[in-house]
Amino acid sequence: MREVAIVAFAQTVHTDHDAGLTEPELLQPVIEEVRAKSGLRRFGFTCSGSCDYLAGAPFSFVSALDSLGAWPPISESHVEMDGAFALYEAWVRLQHGDVDSALVYGFGKTSMSDLREIMTLQLDPYYLAPLGLDQISFAGLQASARGADRAELDAIVRRSRADGRANPYALNLPDPTEEDDGHVAPITDGAAAIVLVAGEEITKYPRPAYITGIAHRIEPHYLGMRNLAQSTSTADAATAAGVGKGPVDVAELHTQFSHEEPILREALGLPEDTVINPSGGPLAANPVMATGLIRIGEAAQRVLDGTARRAVAHATSGPCLQHNLVAVLSSEV
Amino acid sequence: MGNRCAIIGIGQTHYTTKRRDVSMAGLVREAALRALADAGLTFKDIDAVVIGKAPDLFEGVMMPEAYLADALGAAGKPMTRVHTAGSVGGSTALVGASLIQGGVHERVLVVAYEKQSESNATWALSTHLPYNASLVVGAGGYFAPHIREYMRRSGAPGHIGTLVAVKDRQNALKNPYAHLKIPGIDRAMVESTPMLWEPIRYLETCPSSDGACAMVLAAEHAVTGRPAWVHGTAMRSEPIFRAGRDTVNPQGGKDCAADVYRQAGITDPRREIDVAEVYVPFSWYEPMWLENLGFAAENEGWKLTEAGCTALDGDTPWNASGGVLSSNPIGASGLIRFAEAALQVRGMAGEHQVEGARKALGHAYGGGAQFFAMWIVGADKP
Repeated sequence: MREVAIVAFAQTVHTDHDAGLTEPELLQPVIEEVRAKSGLRRFGFTCSGSCDYLAGAPFSFVSALDSLGAWPPISESHVEMDGAFALYEAWVRLQHGDVDSALVYGFGKTSMSDLREIMTLQLDPYYLAPLGLDQISFAGLQASARGADRAELDAIVRRSRADGRANPYALNLPDPTEEDDGHVAPITDGAAAIVLVAGEEITKYPRPAYITGIAHRIEPHYLGMRNLAQSTSTADAATAAGVGKGPVDVAELHTQFSHEEPILREALGLPEDTVINPSGGPLAANPVMATGLIRIGEAAQRVLDGTARRAVAHATSGPCLQHNLVAVLSSEV
Repeated sequence: MGNRCAIIGIGQTHYTTKRRDVSMAGLVREAALRALADAGLTFKDIDAVVIGKAPDLFEGVMMPEAYLADALGAAGKPMTRVHTAGSVGGSTALVGASLIQGGVHERVLVVAYEKQSESNATWALSTHLPYNASLVVGAGGYFAPHIREYMRRSGAPGHIGTLVAVKDRQNALKNPYAHLKIPGIDRAMVESTPMLWEPIRYLETCPSSDGACAMVLAAEHAVTGRPAWVHGTAMRSEPIFRAGRDTVNPQGGKDCAADVYRQAGITDPRREIDVAEVYVPFSWYEPMWLENLGFAAENEGWKLTEAGCTALDGDTPWNASGGVLSSNPIGASGLIRFAEAALQVRGMAGEHQVEGARKALGHAYGGGAQFFAMWIVGADKP
């Protein structure tokens, strides 16, 4: 495949409440930041991820084009998925060989609606949604299928929140308590953007984060059709992306619930010494539809700033880790 | 544009107001199985699935690809959900083709659908984002002023829209999958229907349809059956609120057409494209897009329509299938244009086949006439 690298990443300082900004207003500063970091104003391809149901109106992505200042008109597409899947589409587009740069972004405001109930509407509308299971209930089914040790999960939350407090972009969440146990990712507003370059264009950047592998797989929707204690689609995507071909210094995982970390860690086959979610991960900031893209950005940033040589990023979609994407970022091809 | 990409299978459902006999999963699966049968393949032969539809509010299912993965045989494979407003069907084909052109996969299933009977699209389109003003009711409310401006600029006589409404419905009588089949349709019938959004009358608008369309795309070495070949693909988007944007003859459409023509080596679209399937949801968009796509000079498009050039037996047939005016499962409408273009160059369009079609244009647009997706397909390898 053609070499593709991440050369710029930016994210908002995420908030746990509606700060009065529209989605385009959230987005514009991060777009400007990746433009400045990459030195590029225009891109061969642009792709974004967002979800109408968070805004409660159709076409949430339309006004985002205004914040890009997409003029003259740009070659652009959108996925109704996390921005990580938009990044995959851009990576595919860069394989054609006729364009050398791509802008990817994702954004979401979950402060303005009831995310837990909205996620119910993602279930099969005929047989599952009428049961009224909300997001936390079906995650609970997975946690119980996994049978994870409570102390282990509490430690994950404590670590994530502490790392989040050290991350200027994540929320400032206190150590977990009985009332605020933190096993569920918080409501968050935010946005993120990444610039990809390909081929010769990469040589213009002193320290790119090469995407040496990227793949995604979906599983059956029905929870009863899957072994919820494992994540076979993550394992398959990890094999396709070549996670096991080298050491993994850092892994950024799209864990919206604490029990997903041991499941993903196992599926990815991560070595014991891999540092998990040094950013704090989604348990410290979860701007839905940008959260997965931020995992890729955070992993890439470690490579860009030289603190990691090889990093793994994971993004997910659908109930109980139904659909998983894995990317390997490396300082070398 | 990377590796060669062929269209080797096409499947459509019969478009209709209400498909009460199938679920959404049943609907998309019906189209997918027909496309696979056309290609002589099964789900096992597919490497990846790309699905598109218009806003999720139309059916009330958020990100429905999660639920539809099972019905489309996607388990264990990559699945992507595309959403680019009304152009989404076209974009879905392009995202699928991109996976082949980029050398990532050998065979990709693309599917688009809408089950409009699950809700009411006009009202789903009339909600607005927090902090933003909602100016219109439905798509017709948005586009009618643009049409009036086109009439003012071009001096087109008032009956041009009526001619398109009649012509496309006459074509639909020859398409077994078309939704609106109105025997004996004529100008008097169209002109007798109520005015919805001046100057758009009831029969000058698209219907609300349930339906799905699917295609199997393949790399050159994985072709089965009779292929159509992709000669060019292009997407363009422009900001909806940009001051000075020409909403009647948008720059994005012109740039997208120029890009796709360049890839396909087309310099005179009217002469070199044998048949065009163009997204015309309101009758007046035929003359407007004739100009935007370079088939006619500015302010001259209506003259081609009036002279019958775009009829099935005209010199540049547009929407031989009956077009969006005859079938409109919104999210699928763009993919149907792309699929019908491929059907024509495969010589498999049946009664609405344009004799000897070798090169065809598939076109879709969306949002506030700001998202464009196009491809050129041909009978010959590019």
